[in-house]
Amino acid sequence: MQDEGDAATTREVVLAARGVTKIYRMGEVDVHALRGVDIDLYEGELLVLLGASGSGKSTLLNILGGLDTPTSGHVRYGDWELTHADEAELTNYRRKHVGFVFQFYNLIASLTAQENVALVTEISEDPMDPTDALGLVDLGGRLNHFPSQLSGGEQQRVAIARAIAKRPDVLLCDEPTGALDFRTGVAVLSVLDQINRELGTTTAVITHNAPVGRMADRIITLSDGSIQNVETNATKAKPSELRW
Amino acid sequence: MSPLHKKLFRDLSSMRGQVLTIALVVAAGIAAFVGVRCTYLSLLESKEAYYERYRFADVFAHLERAPDTVGEELLAIDGVARVQTRIVDAVRLPMEDMLEPATGQIVSLPEHGEPVLNAVHIKSGRMVEAGRSDEVVVLEAFAEAHGLEPGDHLPVVMNGKLRRLRIVGTGMSPEFVFAMPPGEMAPDSARYTILWMSHDAVAAAFDLSGAFNDVTLKLEPGASESDVMTRLDAVLERWGGAGSVPRSHQLSNYGLEQEMGGLRSMANTAPAIFLFVAAFLLNVVLSRLIALSRPEIAALKALGYADRRIGLYYLELVSLIVLMGALLGLAFGNLIGGAFTQMYTQYFRFPDLRFRLDNGVYGVAVAVSLISGVVGALGAVRRVVRLPPAEAMRPPPPADYRRSFFERSALFAMLGQATRMILREVRRRPLRFSVSVLGIALSVGIVVVGRFFADSMNYLIDEYMQSAWREDVAVGFLEPVSMRELHSLEGEPGVFRAEPFRIVPARISFGPRHRDSAVMGYSAGSVLRQPIDRDTNVVPLPAEGILLTRKLGEVLGVSIGERVRVEVHEGDRPTLAIPVAGFVSELAGLQGHMRLGALDRLLHEQDTASMALLSIDPARYDELLRRLQDMPGVVSINRKAVTVERFRRQSGEMNHIFAAVLAFFAAIIAIGVVYNNARISLSMRSRDLASLRVLGFTRAEISRVLLGELALQVVCAIPIGLWIGRKMGEGIMSFYDAEMYRLPVIVSGSTYAFATLVVTAAALVSALMVRQKLDHLDLIGVLKTRE
Repeated sequence: MQDEGDAATTREVVLAARGVTKIYRMGEVDVHALRGVDIDLYEGELLVLLGASGSGKSTLLNILGGLDTPTSGHVRYGDWELTHADEAELTNYRRKHVGFVFQFYNLIASLTAQENVALVTEISEDPMDPTDALGLVDLGGRLNHFPSQLSGGEQQRVAIARAIAKRPDVLLCDEPTGALDFRTGVAVLSVLDQINRELGTTTAVITHNAPVGRMADRIITLSDGSIQNVETNATKAKPSELRW
Repeated sequence: MSPLHKKLFRDLSSMRGQVLTIALVVAAGIAAFVGVRCTYLSLLESKEAYYERYRFADVFAHLERAPDTVGEELLAIDGVARVQTRIVDAVRLPMEDMLEPATGQIVSLPEHGEPVLNAVHIKSGRMVEAGRSDEVVVLEAFAEAHGLEPGDHLPVVMNGKLRRLRIVGTGMSPEFVFAMPPGEMAPDSARYTILWMSHDAVAAAFDLSGAFNDVTLKLEPGASESDVMTRLDAVLERWGGAGSVPRSHQLSNYGLEQEMGGLRSMANTAPAIFLFVAAFLLNVVLSRLIALSRPEIAALKALGYADRRIGLYYLELVSLIVLMGALLGLAFGNLIGGAFTQMYTQYFRFPDLRFRLDNGVYGVAVAVSLISGVVGALGAVRRVVRLPPAEAMRPPPPADYRRSFFERSALFAMLGQATRMILREVRRRPLRFSVSVLGIALSVGIVVVGRFFADSMNYLIDEYMQSAWREDVAVGFLEPVSMRELHSLEGEPGVFRAEPFRIVPARISFGPRHRDSAVMGYSAGSVLRQPIDRDTNVVPLPAEGILLTRKLGEVLGVSIGERVRVEVHEGDRPTLAIPVAGFVSELAGLQGHMRLGALDRLLHEQDTASMALLSIDPARYDELLRRLQDMPGVVSINRKAVTVERFRRQSGEMNHIFAAVLAFFAAIIAIGVVYNNARISLSMRSRDLASLRVLGFTRAEISRVLLGELALQVVCAIPIGLWIGRKMGEGIMSFYDAEMYRLPVIVSGSTYAFATLVVTAAALVSALMVRQKLDHLDLIGVLKTRE
């Protein structure tokens, strides 16, 4: 196991993966997406996963989020062994503990901003009020707008509000700024940073954009399915200070 | 094989569920169309061939007695090509295997050679030989019903004398395809027959040597039927002519035409409805399927394929699907057509009745399906190829939603997000939703169409006939009897009540139009039979004048207050002029109704009845029957329950099979529509559904979103479909305007329930199939793609 840095060691591990491999069978060829990855996510940290396209970062995030299962290795959420969980258990895991943000927002076009958030709060045990969640991402004034009436940045903020409204233990973001221009991207990162600080939600952000790492507590770099490097930032940059 | 052709076959294979269900919809439409229409055409063709080959006459006349020389006089009438004189008379057959005697007609055959007209087709055995006075050819259906074969003997009461005749053959004739005892509503092959015997033997039995009492004529091409009939009637008047009858009113042909008219209206409407429903659904399903291929079409365009080549590709795709459906439809159509025709051979006796597939009908069915499919597909392709490839390669722009007034209401606020998604989808694409609902509704409607005919028949039998005929037994007399004789029946075993009833056979005419029918006479205070209207309400009889069946009034073109001419066909054969007092909307027959007293006054008779209506103790029926059979002058004993049951059997069999076949096709069409709707919705919404799964929605929860929309379509479609079914039924019945009976459009609760059940079951099967797909939704793949 690699050095995880001082800042992290004082915190409790929320999500842990050991020896995770993932092999996709593409026709007659085996594609090794992950080759024995060990990783811990600590309570309240902001983690950035860096890597080029095909490095395995999305596969790792999907396995951590219960969207996919590893070919071998173990994934634990607290005391809960997710490795052999069945479909219903994984659904329950996602429902109670994980919030997702994707590159393409994945909002439901036929529901307003508020309703998209309510979609999640309806099935959660102790959710925020959808209005409050949208207030946190500074969209309190656009509650009744449909996705088609919102800009890309606004749509991504709705997606973030939807992800955090259930008060998840882990927030997993896959290229959240990938479809956005620089200014809007920075605004979205600011929201994630603010959520992480104010709510203390463990947050993992996938990006291929190295400068984003400066806002993280830790930066893990993946390459060809393995962890290449782990860095800890002594001082985190504000999203507004980022440039790319 | 070009890459596009490879793609074609792979696409067909990967969409096999949809391809198969669409092909089945096409097949169901084509099979119903081809099966029913070709059955009708086969019947028509067989009938025409039969009439032609066995020289069915054009004009028929019955008389009392005329010397053979009058035949020459008749041949001299302008326009008459051929004349066949003969002897026809009533007989009774006290069969050992029946309590009630069978009745029938004996028809004389020329001593030498075939009859000039109305030849007999021998099915088994041989023709009677000249000079043999004990040989007889019997109607094939009767022989079958009693298990009689050539060589067997038959007891026949001819002119009051019991004879034992030897059956030498069984046969049939175009004159007696529909061998129905006069006054009955359904043929009964066990209780009514035709016997053919050599002329001399019949003449001897009926004291008609050197004379004839029946004549049939063939007209020259272009001759005026009515002119010939007028001349004929003038000649025969001296000889007790009862008035000539044209082919169109000859009993068998009339019954056959009426039945075939019913079948024709069914064959013209129901299959066309099926075919067009199937074609419409094909159009809708294909256009939606192709709308989903938008990115692929764009990619082909980007690669340099011309619009025409892309259009051709989809033309091939659609043609292959329709072709599959057409072949299946041909196989199904042949199967059901063969089965229908087989059933009709029991009903219509033709020498050669085989199901023949009509290429024209099949061609029309395939063409309608193909055109509809191609129009739907190419319309969708054109909408896509019009866009620049770069734009088309992206999925359609994100759906635009607006909140409606309803959505701001408190009620809407109470709905869950899943329900809101469903309702918004409906509101955003109302046309799409309506078309889906219409498609399902049409399949509900055709199940109703398949069954309502049986419902209407059941109403006729269970409600109408039961109300119209309240007696248990109707006893017919050879000659009218007096009231005293009639009331003496009340002393017979088991008889509670005896009422007189009079049926006077007559030709009722107004101006140039006429119908050979009867006038019914009801005694004052009678309860066992009263004229009733279509809603089974009793219609009071006027003190004077005649009530006509409304349909008869329409046929004759007569109004209330005008006088109809009534030529009585019995007794002194008077001709009466009777004012029309009103009309009765009856469901069966064409007749007149009068008070017996008023009728008697016109006939200068007193208190006479031709029939006794009895209400009896069923337990003592056999005893009563034996007593009645021994009474002189009793010609018929009809138990109502038996008559009604026979009618039910006759109509029931056909209708139930017809209904079952149509319901089966309707179910296939319903599955085709619902399944394809669901599959297309799934393709269009897989991204939303995958997002919900990622957010932690269970499979059951996302199924509810997708299948909820489906359920909403089905729920909206069912009442509309039931209404459409009823309207289609009314449409079919408006073509079915038979003079024999006029069915009301009755759709029973059980038919509505059945239609609902069939379509709900089809929807559930479709839902289960789609649910399977939903369980294998690719969560990650969907989320990786841009909206």
